[in-house]
Amino acid sequence: MDKTATKPSSLSDVAAAKQKKSPGAQSLGVGLEARGVHAWFSGKHVLDGISLDFWSGTVTALIGPSGCGKSTFIRTLNRMHEFIPGAQMAGEVLLDGKDIYESGTDVTKIRLKVGMVFQKPNPFPSMSIAENVLSGLKLAELKVADKDALLEDCLERAGLWSEVKDRLNAHGGSLSGGQQQRLCIARSLAVKPQVLLMDEPCSALDPGSTLKIEETISHLSSSMTIIIVTHNMQQAARVSDYTAFFLSDGGPGSMIEVGPTSEIFSRPRDTRTENYVTGRFG
Amino acid sequence: MTLLENKPADIPAPREITTKPRVSDKIFRGVVTAGGLSSLVILGFILIFLAYQGYDVLKAQGFGFITGSAWNVFTDESGNIDYTQTKFGIAAMLIGTILCATIAVVIAVPISVLTALYLSFYAPATVKKFMIAIIDLMAAFPSVLFGIWGFFVLMPSAEYWAKLLHKYLGFLPFFDMQVPVYTRSPFIAGVVLAIMIIPIVTSISREIFGQTPLDRIQAAYALGATRWSMIKAVVIPYGRSGVVGGAMLGLGRAMGETVAVYTVLNIVYQINWQVLLGAGGNVASMILLKFGEAGTGEIKALMAAGLVLFLLTLVVNSIADLIVKSTGAKGR
Repeated sequence: MDKTATKPSSLSDVAAAKQKKSPGAQSLGVGLEARGVHAWFSGKHVLDGISLDFWSGTVTALIGPSGCGKSTFIRTLNRMHEFIPGAQMAGEVLLDGKDIYESGTDVTKIRLKVGMVFQKPNPFPSMSIAENVLSGLKLAELKVADKDALLEDCLERAGLWSEVKDRLNAHGGSLSGGQQQRLCIARSLAVKPQVLLMDEPCSALDPGSTLKIEETISHLSSSMTIIIVTHNMQQAARVSDYTAFFLSDGGPGSMIEVGPTSEIFSRPRDTRTENYVTGRFG
Repeated sequence: MTLLENKPADIPAPREITTKPRVSDKIFRGVVTAGGLSSLVILGFILIFLAYQGYDVLKAQGFGFITGSAWNVFTDESGNIDYTQTKFGIAAMLIGTILCATIAVVIAVPISVLTALYLSFYAPATVKKFMIAIIDLMAAFPSVLFGIWGFFVLMPSAEYWAKLLHKYLGFLPFFDMQVPVYTRSPFIAGVVLAIMIIPIVTSISREIFGQTPLDRIQAAYALGATRWSMIKAVVIPYGRSGVVGGAMLGLGRAMGETVAVYTVLNIVYQINWQVLLGAGGNVASMILLKFGEAGTGEIKALMAAGLVLFLLTLVVNSIADLIVKSTGAKGR
């Protein structure tokens, strides 16, 4: 009893310390807005009308038990959802006020603005560390004047520069798992996205690497919008400004509650949120 | 305390770890081993048979068998081969074999890779299903029909392309020609062979492209890649070794092809590097040509030719294997 009572309060302390931003206070632009997003896989309804705003310069954590549609939801935010055969969606996702699903939209441009880091580190094995970081330029056919400066900047911001600066021509696969994941973050930064989606970026990593990535997230959040899916509630409390709790009762997943992280962890309005964040299920 | 006291003084030798297999496992193991070895045994018997039959000829002709290009048979009164005058040499046919097969691979591989990329990443599901069925059917199509089609349908138009090649690329030695005989050339045989090996190279390429890890494809798309730039950065590096392997299988098939080449090519005993000139041959089609009217002595020479073709194919496949292994590690 004592354990469950103290745990959320200590988490909320951490979250409260982070809680310096209020909605719109540090706006760098309009940001990203989801409006009534539904999703289906081969006719099965998996996501039920999610409406959620992501403020520029903030970190939003999406938490909830497995199968509640968190990953599906963030994949609708940069149109990666449509790669899965049989996947459908409804609703709108507005980036700077424009619907990214509008017909005639160049989807590659959307994905340049809304980058993504995946659960499993996935550097390109045929490329060196440097080539991996700059691969986005080649893939998206972008021109950059000073590649070396960009390379250093991206690796620096991803917290990897000091570890790899002497072996930039080594293969990406020669790095440890945590380093590979930071390499993937550096790779997404090279195309200068406004929004970075992170789908459980630390779930395959050890605590040390996780900590490094969380530091990276904190650094990045001043210059971009970050949306992170995580199963680790301490992580959500440590890194995020806002937290959204998703839940599925066997049917499509829906958003139960969203708010400043400190409130979600200390004074959740919904008992289901409280049960989840205090570790009673999930 | 007791643990410390009972601690052995020296390190024990590693134990031998064994297991007792069940009877059913032993039986299955025997069946699988027999199946696995049977193809090796059959191949071995063929090799021994060819070597045994061809031994006399190879011994009499020596190295000249693969460097000479004359095939003149002289027999004495009793019908035995007179080795003092008889010349067996297959150099012209060996060169023809390599030439036709190379032309086939050069034409077939780009077409196959493009087809495989289209099927894997661009074709709508229904088109894909239909085309895969057609391509598989093509692989099972009898080669004599390809040969006849090549002779009657392809030849007139291929002649036109050959003339174009000669006119505009005639400065290249192998597109040059002195005698304007464009029909039944290694070029046309190569085109027919290309059409024959396209299905197998396409199938293997498609198979390997389809195995490209999804997380890498998604990583590329998430960086704003177009489909083509994704293919260049992810699919090609991953599939390269598989495509080389497929091309080598196609090359093997093209080198051994008999009937189609026999139908199309004007088999002439002279070393011909000019791919547009209507003269040449390959080892397999020569064996077919001579087999019907050959006496016992000449048949032995044909067996020797078969042995050389067998070994040539083996060498090419081994080289292919080396290439696949050396290019395979990168990109995986």
